[in-house]
Amino acid sequence: MRVRPLTISRLLGQCAVLLLILFLIVLIALKLGAVPVSLYGLGHDLFRVLIGRSNEISSDYSLIVFSLRLPRIFLAIFVGASLSVAGCGFQALLRNPLADPYVLGVSYGAAVGAMLAMICEPYLPLPANIAALLTPVGGFFGAVVTIVAVYFLGRRQGQIESTTLLLGGVITGSFFSAIIMFLMTVLPSGNTRGIAFWFMGDLSTPVQPSVGWVLRVGFLAAGLVIYATASDLNLLLTGEKEAMHLGVDVPRVQLVVYLAASLLAGLAVSVSGAIGYVGLLVPHAMRWIFGSDHRVLLPTAAIGGAIALVVADTLARTVVAPTELPVGAVTAIAGAPLFLYLLRRRLT
Amino acid sequence: MKSAAKAVIRTPVDVGRGTGEVRLSVEQVSYAYAPNPSQSPVFTLEATSFQAKPGEIVAILGPNASGKSTLLKLISGALEPLSGRILLNGFVTHALEPRTRAQRIAMVLQESPLLFPARAWEFVLQGRHPYGRSLRFENHEDVAIARNALAQVGAEHLSDRWMDQISGGEKQRIILARALAQQPLLLLLDEPTLHLDIGAQVDLLDGLRRLAAQNRYTVVVVTHELNLAAEYADQVALLQKGKCLRVGPPASVYQRDLLEQVFQTPLTVEMGASGRPRVNAIRPREAESET
Repeated sequence: MRVRPLTISRLLGQCAVLLLILFLIVLIALKLGAVPVSLYGLGHDLFRVLIGRSNEISSDYSLIVFSLRLPRIFLAIFVGASLSVAGCGFQALLRNPLADPYVLGVSYGAAVGAMLAMICEPYLPLPANIAALLTPVGGFFGAVVTIVAVYFLGRRQGQIESTTLLLGGVITGSFFSAIIMFLMTVLPSGNTRGIAFWFMGDLSTPVQPSVGWVLRVGFLAAGLVIYATASDLNLLLTGEKEAMHLGVDVPRVQLVVYLAASLLAGLAVSVSGAIGYVGLLVPHAMRWIFGSDHRVLLPTAAIGGAIALVVADTLARTVVAPTELPVGAVTAIAGAPLFLYLLRRRLT
Repeated sequence: MKSAAKAVIRTPVDVGRGTGEVRLSVEQVSYAYAPNPSQSPVFTLEATSFQAKPGEIVAILGPNASGKSTLLKLISGALEPLSGRILLNGFVTHALEPRTRAQRIAMVLQESPLLFPARAWEFVLQGRHPYGRSLRFENHEDVAIARNALAQVGAEHLSDRWMDQISGGEKQRIILARALAQQPLLLLLDEPTLHLDIGAQVDLLDGLRRLAAQNRYTVVVVTHELNLAAEYADQVALLQKGKCLRVGPPASVYQRDLLEQVFQTPLTVEMGASGRPRVNAIRPREAESET
């Protein structure tokens, strides 16, 4: 009789493999681009960056690579991991494999929140680096408001109805995208970023150092909080009642994970716009490879999301160089067919 | 179910505590359900009382919408009674912290669809969740208990199968094994025989009878199966429209007039050789010719 529970060493092994893949992908992403770099020089300089001696980097080209490409890759890693973990969280709580920040309209809600914060920033008597923090905060509140609205739209007679929920998400998303269009039209263009940024996502805008810290701390805190509930989420997948009878404090877990997942989505959207399909597809792919146990799924989806977005952004930078594609266009072009494939696979 | 008489590894929950022989005590419990607080209740359960000992099976019977499932939810601690109280070894069930409650009370619900595929052994290991923190990795003891639970329901061979690829009866065994892995004092089942054929029904209840005796579980089961309840239950509670009409051994509760009035259909009640009653439904025309 086979009973083979998850062990910590198996979990770490699986994560290590994915981290290695991520590292290789990052190397390739650093090398590719308008400016050619040799792998040797790259490795040499990367080592210097890692030991904190970036001022010793020799060539100007490498400097461009590390001051432009590397921060952008880190941003892609952060956004990809955030969206993917948020997707896992929403899928488990709503018991819906199609739930993700983009499909549920949470990304657009977060975008509206971030835009409103951005509009308010110049009028507040705050130093610029503090005022910049308002954008991720606005994104978080936008995400929370949206998920609460979509949750209640999808709830009928105490039960979440899958189709109503998804339709509610789509409609809420279209409502918020109309608001984004409205704000774009009535406000002077310098105040907010371009339409492509909010609707298709863009990782080329550098992030202010103060915002960078908020992102790192926010991601770590929210990620750890969600991971702490991993076993509870496994039980929630079998149903709220079952989970309750197996000792899960359902309302507490739901509140904590909704807030943390909204924080992740809000932070990601405030620095990259609404990038679709990552939160949907990466968890699916990881479930297919590693199974649906959240103790494995959450960390592997975080790393997988990072890999997916680094690849997508590298493609966005290089496919039609010197022009850039919005990264969301790449994720959608690659994501939609892959999603259909996974869906068909699941059904057969 | 095949016999697999291994001793269950019990944790010392509640050993030496409580109120002597009586394990479950339902004391004048009532409940009212209203869709929102301003409206008058659409369903009420009037004061209900009974007691059960370790090893006893109590069946809750009654027509649809008589309050059976509500009573079960109250016993499980998922609902708070409007008045009265439910004690398990002297502790009020709904006041227990969720994890502690899940260590003492296991609930087998009507089948719920799985969102993502899981193997049977993964499912049974879920029963160990109440015994750790939110984030936990199962240890050897958990694995031993899960294996034992699978063995007790005669489902060792299903261990590695996917839950969505086994029959209804097999699934019901796995769900029962998960409840056993919780090592409860009180085992609650909500219409466990609903989608099972007669062979699987007898199999399940036979297994329950044996498990209750072996592990000293107190079992409360909601069912529509009058004859199975008569055969396997030590006590039955008969409910109608939110009222508990009678509680007692099947022989004393199964009276023709009472059952006919509750189920609104002509019936015959015979006493079997084992001293347990048998109920048969009669077509209304036959009933007229009989009277």
